[in-house]
Amino acid sequence: MSEAVQNSRLAHWYRSWEEQTESVTLAMWFFLVTEVMFFGGIFTAYLIYRAQNPEAFAAASHHLDIVMGGVNTAVLIGSSLTVVMSVWAAERGKQKALATWLFLTMLLGLTFLVIKYFEYSAKFEHNLVPGASFEFHDTRAGEHGYVDPSRARMFFHLYFFMTGLHALHMIIGLGIYGVLLFNTLKGKYSVRWHDPIPVAGLYWHFVDLVWIFLFPLLYLIGRH
Amino acid sequence: MSTESEHHIGLPQYFSVFGALMALTGLTIWIAFQDFGWLNNVFAVGIAVIKATLVILWFMHLRYSSQLTKSLLLVSLFFFLLLVAFVFADTLTRGMLEITGRPPVIGG
Repeated sequence: MSEAVQNSRLAHWYRSWEEQTESVTLAMWFFLVTEVMFFGGIFTAYLIYRAQNPEAFAAASHHLDIVMGGVNTAVLIGSSLTVVMSVWAAERGKQKALATWLFLTMLLGLTFLVIKYFEYSAKFEHNLVPGASFEFHDTRAGEHGYVDPSRARMFFHLYFFMTGLHALHMIIGLGIYGVLLFNTLKGKYSVRWHDPIPVAGLYWHFVDLVWIFLFPLLYLIGRH
Repeated sequence: MSTESEHHIGLPQYFSVFGALMALTGLTIWIAFQDFGWLNNVFAVGIAVIKATLVILWFMHLRYSSQLTKSLLLVSLFFFLLLVAFVFADTLTRGMLEITGRPPVIGG
């Protein structure tokens, strides 16, 4: 990239490159704390319903696939690693490595969504999607009390809303990373200017953070 | 441009954090199949909080971010938790007093 184009990356209202980086990073954190409120509201709703219907929610969560959920957790943690590697490569101007890490991040994100697709399909097949064909049976072994299907249905309402919203964030993340990869291949980023890489990284890590809480709360609690 | 992170954080740290996150995931799944009573919930949420802290401090570079960024997150989290705490103080304590004539709490 030429020196002129290079310098045009520094917006005129900033005094230095550092100030610009600091500003865009802070702006992303501002967005992320609004996202905390967004997801936080749904998590709170889930915890209240869970506290009020512990039996029905425990029975319902037994229908979730721990293997798929666990693999997806590992996939997302892996993608977080490829994201920090992309930042590492961008800081050192290693363009080829940067493109590779961005591509791997997208690949892992896509893997997550494909696994999620199979999980959702199984729920449709077993009539566990809230709606006219919803049917619930307690599949746990041993003695358990009566489980109200309408209470179990509430679990699946929340499950689909929470994981669906998370998946939507993944899809948006894939779009962002597609743009980053495209721009990297066009040679837009340099050692001096590559702010979009770490800023998009913050977003991706946040989506990983949401899953870090979703997985134990939806899949693991009440499992034994 | 040179970001703060490049002076402090190296690849070994990234891989250590990655390893810790994977190990904690394994641990939380193992714990889910043991019976620790009410402690199961504490472990599940506690491990998730530890994992989140690792991601925020190292992967999101908060350790090496400015005081302003750190304050933003801390203040936001404080008020968020305050909001949630008051919601729980309401919903989880309903029906505790069993006042005569008051209808029972739905699902409670």
